[in-house]
Amino acid sequence: MSGAGRGWGFAAPALIWTGAFFVVPFLVMGAMSLATLEGREVVWGISGENYADLWSRPYLRRAVLVSVEITLTVTAVSVLLAYPLAWIIAHRVPERWQRLALMLAILPFWTSYVVRSYAWLLVLGREEWINDALTGIGLIAEPLTLANTRFATVTGFVHFFTMLLTLTIYANLRQLSPNYARAAADLGANGFRTFAHVILPLTLPGIVTGAFLTFVLCIGDYVTPQILGGNTELTVPQVIMVQLGRRADFPLAAALAIVLMLLVSLAYLASARWLRLDRV
Amino acid sequence: MIRRSALLASAATAAAPALAQDELNALVWCDHTDPALIEPFEEEHGVRVNLREYEGTGAALALLDQSRPGDWDVLVIDAIDVFRAAQAGILAPLPAEELPTGDFFPEVVLEANNSQDGETYAVTEKFGYNTISFNSDAVEPEAMTSLANAWSEDYAGRISIYDYYLPVMGLAAIAEGIPTGKIDADSLETISATLGTMRDRAASVAGVVAAQTALATGEVDIVVGGGEWLTAVLQEERPELTWTIPEEGAVLWAQSIGVLADSARKDLATEFVKYIVSPEGQARLATSSCFWGMPANREAGAHLSDAQKEILRWDAQEDYLSRAQLYPAPDEDLDIEMQDLWLDTLQR
Repeated sequence: MSGAGRGWGFAAPALIWTGAFFVVPFLVMGAMSLATLEGREVVWGISGENYADLWSRPYLRRAVLVSVEITLTVTAVSVLLAYPLAWIIAHRVPERWQRLALMLAILPFWTSYVVRSYAWLLVLGREEWINDALTGIGLIAEPLTLANTRFATVTGFVHFFTMLLTLTIYANLRQLSPNYARAAADLGANGFRTFAHVILPLTLPGIVTGAFLTFVLCIGDYVTPQILGGNTELTVPQVIMVQLGRRADFPLAAALAIVLMLLVSLAYLASARWLRLDRV
Repeated sequence: MIRRSALLASAATAAAPALAQDELNALVWCDHTDPALIEPFEEEHGVRVNLREYEGTGAALALLDQSRPGDWDVLVIDAIDVFRAAQAGILAPLPAEELPTGDFFPEVVLEANNSQDGETYAVTEKFGYNTISFNSDAVEPEAMTSLANAWSEDYAGRISIYDYYLPVMGLAAIAEGIPTGKIDADSLETISATLGTMRDRAASVAGVVAAQTALATGEVDIVVGGGEWLTAVLQEERPELTWTIPEEGAVLWAQSIGVLADSARKDLATEFVKYIVSPEGQARLATSSCFWGMPANREAGAHLSDAQKEILRWDAQEDYLSRAQLYPAPDEDLDIEMQDLWLDTLQR
């Protein structure tokens, strides 16, 4: 067999897998998004009706906006929390304890996603820990409404994604030779300038990779906003579920799913320059 | 344009249940998954009943479309949606003369819903109310005798709304003096204003578990759209969580059960339906571990304890039924308008 033939042979399983479980479903979904629903019949054809609905129905427009806002907030907050945590584990925790520190950091992954979300619902309740603590120390007179809000949704997401980002940033920090910082110091840079001009740019691929994964997983998530958000505002995945639940409106649900994919594609394009998915 | 069913339209395929002769496959709500309900039938008939839960009639119809004909034998369905399923040819006629509907509470026989062109396609099995659930330690029960009061400014931030547009919009209509059966496109404006007020004062819009959790943890004190199905399972531990039917009335929910037209085991499926609406089956279904609700068959009372009947408010049913109105049953266009209004309100 020629070299090219062998190459195709090795790649075939991956190509078949991708074709069967991504390309074909994606094409079907794309075709579905151009179909329409009449009664409970899906009428195939090329119609832009579902995409027009995205603009003519305010709640659909708002769902896209809510999803983007929540996802950007979660990504930014998770990065801000994960970076120092990864830094501390990589540079301040003794090497022999780093494995344990990482294990503790990813401990939340060991529990069910749903259980974790309900746990947060209880923690954030009006008569629960956080409000008890804040009223106990006299910071607030009346309990705050924390559960069933966007704050709760963001908190639940950040808890999860900070851990994910910590791993990608930690891996990046560990690969970074300490000689860079030493060289910067030799050249007269203080700690801040060393971080801002040397360490941060060199660890950007790890940050962007983690941030991109956070964006992808967050914008398509249904469980967390459904449990913690209290339906006070709806994200795109929640609206998709509504379309399927009672009306079985697969065409509109497919159009919404395509919009989600477009948003992920935009995020990819924005971050492609720094993405290093091989470091995940 | 090519017209095809959602079966061909969707790339997804439903997980096909087992097809053994001594098995029955049923698409149900969670209250049917209680072993205490199913096991007696399995033992009596020497069969296994495979159950699959679903939420939302649309999801059930899509699942049936995606399955092979004959995969499913029994369908539990919202009583107001029986006509949709019958019109779609999904349900098989039932032997009406073999069903004990004469023993039912007359208001829930719902012949108009369960029958079409003289054929009976489903039979009511359980009912209850979408009304007001509340914490009687935090809210004066007298204050909950008025619907409008339940979502008044006094309780702003202490209210949760049940996350299903039909009963909640039905309650909004009742509060405005609009009978649920008369809801139309013109009345939606009035309903919209009430719904908006409700939404503005609500802390959350919650599904069953979330609403129960919110009430039990003190996150909210009132659930608009709640009822016995929400608080009855908590009665033993939290007797202060209760429900009432305000003076204006409440929305009556009902679930029906039928045999699927493509079933290859129609006789066994019909036996299952007959078991579910028998007094024994009804008592077990009414007190299912998932959620409680009134049995359609009054004879079930003989198989319920006094304590269970008290929780179900057995003796108050005559009064409650006289004041309750059926779920809104919109046609397709109105349904879309109502759902859009609901989602717009949530997204405000």
